Amino acid sequence: MTADRGVPEPARTFGFETRQLHAGQRPDPNTGARAVPIFQTTSYVFEDPESAGAYFNLQEYGNTYSRIMNPTVAVFEERIANLEGGAGGVAFASGIAAQAAALFTMLEPGDHVVSSAALYGGSVNQFKHLLRKMNVELTWVDPDEPDAWRQAVRPNTKVFFCETIGNPAGNVLDIETVASIAHDHAVPLIVDNTFATPYLCRPIEWGADIVIHSATKFIGGHGTSIGGVVVEAGTFNWSNGRFPVVANPSPAYHGLQFHETFGTYGYLMKLRAETLRDLGGALAPLNAFLFLQGVETLSLRMQCHVENALAVATFLESHEMASNVTYPGLPESKYRPLVEKYLPLGAGAVFSFECAGGREGGQDLIRNVTLWSHLANVGDAKSLIIHPASTTHRQLSDAELEAAGVRPGTIRLSVGTESVDDLTWDLEQAFARGR
Amino acid sequence: MIDLARYQDPLTIQRVLLNASTVAIVGLSSNELRASNFVGYYLKRHGYRVYPVNPHETDVFGEPSYPSLSHVPVPVDIVDVFRTPDALPAIARETVAIHAGALWCQFGVINEEAAQIAEEAGVTVIMDRCLKVEHARYVGRMHWLGFNTERITSVRSGIQ
Repeated sequence: MTADRGVPEPARTFGFETRQLHAGQRPDPNTGARAVPIFQTTSYVFEDPESAGAYFNLQEYGNTYSRIMNPTVAVFEERIANLEGGAGGVAFASGIAAQAAALFTMLEPGDHVVSSAALYGGSVNQFKHLLRKMNVELTWVDPDEPDAWRQAVRPNTKVFFCETIGNPAGNVLDIETVASIAHDHAVPLIVDNTFATPYLCRPIEWGADIVIHSATKFIGGHGTSIGGVVVEAGTFNWSNGRFPVVANPSPAYHGLQFHETFGTYGYLMKLRAETLRDLGGALAPLNAFLFLQGVETLSLRMQCHVENALAVATFLESHEMASNVTYPGLPESKYRPLVEKYLPLGAGAVFSFECAGGREGGQDLIRNVTLWSHLANVGDAKSLIIHPASTTHRQLSDAELEAAGVRPGTIRLSVGTESVDDLTWDLEQAFARGR
Repeated sequence: MIDLARYQDPLTIQRVLLNASTVAIVGLSSNELRASNFVGYYLKRHGYRVYPVNPHETDVFGEPSYPSLSHVPVPVDIVDVFRTPDALPAIARETVAIHAGALWCQFGVINEEAAQIAEEAGVTVIMDRCLKVEHARYVGRMHWLGFNTERITSVRSGIQ
């Protein structure tokens, strides 16, 4: 095999809007296809036995089997890694699968995780039950209290976990502060950046080591596909003595020392070549294609999402039937300084409020809306509404609901890109019918 | 504090990669699990002629291992270094003495004195970068594993 002796490319730092269209893809050299081809194939013909061996030994970057890599999925992975400013990405069949894989790659039985208590209910379940089954200890902390993070650290602590914007209470993470506490204790910070997307916030720029997305939400943007992705900065020192599972010779890969051998790319290599290989939650190429279609308009959609979200939050704030509007983008939000620092382009489009009349009042509102869609998702271009206490956060105890900011009358909104007057009109007529 | 960006310019990296055909790897190990072995194997696959320089090895990839750069019997385009940073100034002097084109220092192999020695003699210096990764970024398949190549281009060429 000989090198492709092309013409050197000029160095340039391209803008976000350019990268959301181009990063990770060049025109297909065989066909010239400008759109990303959907490589609907399980496997790849090897050039010769030596090449096959080199791919499986990770001596050469090569396609072997679509559970581990796929050219369409690779475009999606590189695009999100590029937008987040990471060394690379690995995609998964769902955000939850991505999260489990990111943790499994660095954890062993007996380890300890420190996590924000204000998480998506599905993440709470995964941490509370699945981690316990793996004999991993867990401490929930109030994400707003730096001392709580500090005090939760134990000798066996391996990672801090939080969301950029908490679901559904709208806590905004002080990423730089929490990352520096994590690094003081030689552990990485994982940030779930689903609600902000890389357009509104790039946690790696503030010190986060790993970023996770449920691509199902704003990245896909159209509610068509389930998927997730893990992006790593590539700067964390996995050989600091705390992570033998990453740094020591791996029995699952013929003694390879992932961090020593691959350096910047060591964690990502292990995440793909071992964790994805063994857990198997691979993203389908068609779903990667649909996510890529979404990413092409990410900045445009997010501008509209945050504009509409602020308008709907402002409408609710002055409405007699609504209270405790948690949109962190409101001028009087207690998260205002953090929003100005981390989310200058807007504080996302998902928030909650307390509906007058408690549980019944909330359910009546949902019964009476005719434009907002009642379903368990966020980040669709269409506006969505749900009652967390009876759905997304249903498995949580009262104390956990309180910690997650969910009360009996709490309604969660995901504000879409419709004409904003129609969104407030629908809420107004639903409130009126419920009175 | 050394200004590493000075030794990581993308255009210089591409020029070094595209114009080289011989690479002497200082500290190349015959152990298949060592990073130097991964890089040497990869470069050989991609058409470079690889010359091991390591007094502790007899041969690597079927090539005799030379005790020092001055023993390499051909003109060397790139000297690629997998050694402790303290060893770098002496390697830089040898690189100058054999008139090699470039001194390439792998991740963590950072030494300012060595960079100055090489630069003053007209040798191109790349530092704290991996030769395999940079090759894979610009002319290889690094993209296939979801890594951020940071490349943006509409040109139809090479491998996608």
